[in-house]
Amino acid sequence: MIRFILNGEAHDAANASPTTTMLDYLRDGLRMTGTKEGCAEGDCGACTVVRVIDGRFEAVNACLMQIGQADGMEILTVEGLERINGGALTPVQDSMATGDGTQCGFCTPGFIGALFALEQSGEDISDAVIHDALAGNLCRCTGYRPIIEAARDACGSMIGYTPAPPPERSAEHAAGDQKFYTPSTLSELTDLRAAHPEAMLLSGGTDLGLSVSKARARPAIVIHTAQVAELGEIEESADRLSLGAAVSYTNALPYFDRLYPSFAEMIRRIGSRQIRNLGTIGGNIGNASPIGDTPPCLIALDATLVLAAADGEREIAIEDFFLDYRKTDLRPGEVIRTIRIPKLTDRQSFRTYKVSKRYDQDISAVIGGFRLTFDGDRVAEARIAYGGMAATPKRAGSVEAALAGIEWSEDAAAGAGAKIAEDFSPLTDHRATAEYRTRVAANLCTRLYRDLSGTEAELEVVRL
Amino acid sequence: MDGGDIRGAVHTNIRHDSAVKHVTGRAVYIDDMPEPPGTQHASLVLSPHAHARIVSIDVSAAETAPGVSAVVTAADIPGVNDIAPVMSDEPLLAAGTADYAGMPVAAVCADTFDQAFAAAKLVRIEYEELPAILSIEEAWEKQEFTYTPPKIVFGDAEAAMRSATHLVSGEVRCGGQDHFYLESHISLAVPGEDRDITIYSSTQHPTEVQHGVSHVLGIAQNDVTVEVRRMGGGFGGKESQSTIIAGIAALLADKCRKPVKLRLRRDDDMIATGKRHDFLFRYEIGFDDSGRIESAVIDMAARSGNVADLSAGVVARALCHGNNAYFIPNALFRGWPCKTNTVSNTAFRGFGGPQGMIAIETAIEHIARDLGITVDEVRAANYYGTEDRNVTPYGQPVTDNIMPEIVERLSREIDYEGRRKAIEEFNAAHTTLKKGIALMPVKFGISFNAPMLNQAGALVHVYTDGSVHLNHGGTEMGQGLFTKVAQVVSSVFQIDIDHVKISATRTDKVPNTAPTAASAGSDLNGMAAFNAAEEIRVRMAGIAGEHFGVPPEDIEFRQNRVYAGNESMSFAETAQMTWNQRVSLSATGYYRTPDISWDAETMTGSPFYYFTYGASVAEVVIDTLTGESRVLKTDILQDVGASLNPAIDLGQIEGAFVQGMGWLTSEELVWDPKGRLMTHGPSTYKIPGSRDVPPHFKVHILDDAPNRVPTIFRSKAVGEPPLMLAISVWLALRDAVSRTGDAKLMPKLDAPATPEAILTALDDIKQRSGTQ
Repeated sequence: MIRFILNGEAHDAANASPTTTMLDYLRDGLRMTGTKEGCAEGDCGACTVVRVIDGRFEAVNACLMQIGQADGMEILTVEGLERINGGALTPVQDSMATGDGTQCGFCTPGFIGALFALEQSGEDISDAVIHDALAGNLCRCTGYRPIIEAARDACGSMIGYTPAPPPERSAEHAAGDQKFYTPSTLSELTDLRAAHPEAMLLSGGTDLGLSVSKARARPAIVIHTAQVAELGEIEESADRLSLGAAVSYTNALPYFDRLYPSFAEMIRRIGSRQIRNLGTIGGNIGNASPIGDTPPCLIALDATLVLAAADGEREIAIEDFFLDYRKTDLRPGEVIRTIRIPKLTDRQSFRTYKVSKRYDQDISAVIGGFRLTFDGDRVAEARIAYGGMAATPKRAGSVEAALAGIEWSEDAAAGAGAKIAEDFSPLTDHRATAEYRTRVAANLCTRLYRDLSGTEAELEVVRL
Repeated sequence: MDGGDIRGAVHTNIRHDSAVKHVTGRAVYIDDMPEPPGTQHASLVLSPHAHARIVSIDVSAAETAPGVSAVVTAADIPGVNDIAPVMSDEPLLAAGTADYAGMPVAAVCADTFDQAFAAAKLVRIEYEELPAILSIEEAWEKQEFTYTPPKIVFGDAEAAMRSATHLVSGEVRCGGQDHFYLESHISLAVPGEDRDITIYSSTQHPTEVQHGVSHVLGIAQNDVTVEVRRMGGGFGGKESQSTIIAGIAALLADKCRKPVKLRLRRDDDMIATGKRHDFLFRYEIGFDDSGRIESAVIDMAARSGNVADLSAGVVARALCHGNNAYFIPNALFRGWPCKTNTVSNTAFRGFGGPQGMIAIETAIEHIARDLGITVDEVRAANYYGTEDRNVTPYGQPVTDNIMPEIVERLSREIDYEGRRKAIEEFNAAHTTLKKGIALMPVKFGISFNAPMLNQAGALVHVYTDGSVHLNHGGTEMGQGLFTKVAQVVSSVFQIDIDHVKISATRTDKVPNTAPTAASAGSDLNGMAAFNAAEEIRVRMAGIAGEHFGVPPEDIEFRQNRVYAGNESMSFAETAQMTWNQRVSLSATGYYRTPDISWDAETMTGSPFYYFTYGASVAEVVIDTLTGESRVLKTDILQDVGASLNPAIDLGQIEGAFVQGMGWLTSEELVWDPKGRLMTHGPSTYKIPGSRDVPPHFKVHILDDAPNRVPTIFRSKAVGEPPLMLAISVWLALRDAVSRTGDAKLMPKLDAPATPEAILTALDDIKQRSGTQ
């Protein structure tokens, strides 16, 4: 039985399929039609609702979230905001309505969800924060100016709302021929994994959710990892950061901000807040896409993975995890438990550069992760990996070798970049041609030099 | 004329009538309507091939799948398998051949969408692949066109070219564009008595949906009623394309005799329905030492897709805007509507105008580079005059030209020269990042090119409590039309707008309507509603005059009351009294745009009632290592006449600009070598997001500029013209690329200027500059 709080009231989803998307459940099941479907792939934000978790208000894509994932949480939709605000429009609704923030209105409920979560976050509002909060919402009518102004006007004025105590979570939901497991411990998880090697392993669901929302799949067995205590752990020691595989991007971000700021900045370009609130770094690794954004960075950082099974754990270098296109070293019964990322020494610098058609919420044409270890003016070691350049995220061995031991200069960086063609034969697809990928991957080495050497204050168009 | 002292008068900032409904989720779109009992949900079967003979179709497995109530193919069409809006060449469902990858071949409806989706996969279709034409070039070379290619001939371009002092020639292309309205296509077809059918359709053109359904089902137009309260965006994508969706829903409903809802999932919407025309242009321009154009020959080859659809109108408008704001004494503009095995291209905000302007602006830039003077100097030498040099290539005199004044004022107010210098300084100080700047003047003709479409109807009722019901032929897609027309009625009666009920567009209330398109929605429907309301107001004034014992012309409607000198009664009392006196409180209103003409054979006439004028300056920055770009500043000055609602017009200008910016930068349609669209969702097709909006984005509406012709309260159309202001962004990107090399060279940068296109252009200009 899936139970959650819906707009302040206890809700029992009775016999609904646990893999029904929250969007379909609201619209078709409950005929609450305020929440819209614009794309069913988590890219337009029209379906944005707010989930309340640990007292925090997080925007999520209802199209990608299965209702099993909402068990024991609170969900707020556009229909409920006045209700929880004493019958009055919330500040973001009022600002959007009075400030001409709506035209056709179809994207509006999603914008309201994203902005309401921002309003309730208590964050210091700046244009950068507003764009960050709106990156997952597309509007085709207004040109955004009035929406940005509504955000400036309203966000910062939280409404007083105390979330209801969450209903108890169930470890297992059965509906018809489907089973949806939500284990709480690693041993429960690995036992389930051993028993159901064919099950859909669902972390945040921002990638697998597509099979349900778009391909209309109805998986027989789902193992939902988000509540596994060990997988939610974050540990920081003197020399490394350890992230449980089910830690969301959002929860990991403060650590990246402090330890690997360039990585953090790139994470803010992965999907949107809606995606990052649900999505996990473990999921990004596990689905082994050649265009995933975190793997090249983690390879450059020399991260390792702890893989757990019912009969024990093993640790491998992440670069050895990706075997071929969407093929990993994960054995039947194994799950990713922890990602261990070495901290940077004071001789090391890390940068990542992502290149895509649009700055926000786009998939990389090319992404490079670079960790250089310096010995004075010389490069002692270079670890460089790219995504979008091969069937797997992969190190650029020739580029690394060209840099190792040489004096760090723009010519040296450009010369090393020119070796990129020895390491990769990328594909041409709708994101970019092979030629462009190769050229940009090489040029990113020049950007790296200019960035690390500080020769130019402004190096990326987004900074101006 | 002043709108009066009421809430909601014309010329005031009244918010969109549905704003509160939008922000609370209470605005009802078609998919939100309560479903009639037994409603079936439909899914399409699309051709996977760009061109193929359909050898056989076996629907037996689909028909017996769980929940399925009907499967339809072309063979099930009881009427005519043609939904073409202009010609007669557009099958609703593929018959004999499939002509593009994504063409609907069959459709299934079932109790649930998932059942229909699963059953659609069970329709077995055997295809025999045929050679496909996938590019503009190939169709042009093979002379495959969707209709007879048109041309505009003015003066003697070829003779003038021979005698011109200077000549330049070149080629440029611009991409297509998906509308990406947030609400995808949807229709709910509800069968009634006999073969009556009611269609709730997300459409800009209810009348055409009515015609299409009537053709397909073989029933009379009076058997079909179409209704739309609001769309979640249209942008031209729901002008003709809605008929496909409505036609299939109606066909299914007619077969299973149950209500059928067909809502396209985003991918199907993008794959199966039409887009903006991409164009390939070739130009040759002759000009004198000052840059003044003596002759222009421009070939405009448009991707028309598998059928003509609205291409004749789009190409005509492209040809009619290949002059933009410039006098061209000798012109030969040829249109080539290339027939390709890709989805039919269709209406999209601007309707060919933006494309035509891309061509002439490229040519203007070429003249400037050739002479070593600025683009703005070339433009100044070519703007239309007021006394002379004031006839367009299609023969229409330009009588309202204010382009030079607008450009001069914008340039002065933003210190255009100072900005250009600042950019030079920035570029001198930066290696990686380079800036560019450009101005774009836009003169856009208002009215449908086809005169017959420039008509509208309205229906106004006043009830005895003084409340008013308003209906007209225009549709609401977010542009605020319903609000503006309500302001008109409110102003006629001098009652607060709260008393005017806005109602859904319906073909049984106002028949035989034109599409809500061509920016003409408020010009046409506003005037029709004015005429209806005015007729009732005159009747009410007559009654009030009798009551107060004064002539009707002494009766004044003011602040929700009706006055005769110092005596007055409320508007509601007047309405009641009018009824008591057995005088009708209901009227239809009709309007047709005066003084327009067009000969589609010779491509001559005066198709436009007036022109709108605007200008934009955009400042951009590019990354020379990756080709990434960003628009930093945009300043706009736009003429909207005496605006009916400046807040709504501002929203139209800003929204159109950003949409145009997307077209020219990040929005790239990519087909694979087999002609299948690869960019069919927001994960792969990138429209602008909030961060892409220029951080400095200033829009000024030209004040004190009432329309010189008597439009509704002297306002001007606004929907499309500002989209073309975004060409300033593309020109500025070209400027930035150019500034890295020899200024005499034309950058090889087509639209959209994606990071890849920009980097490629940078590499190219570097190479050419080095070798000169």
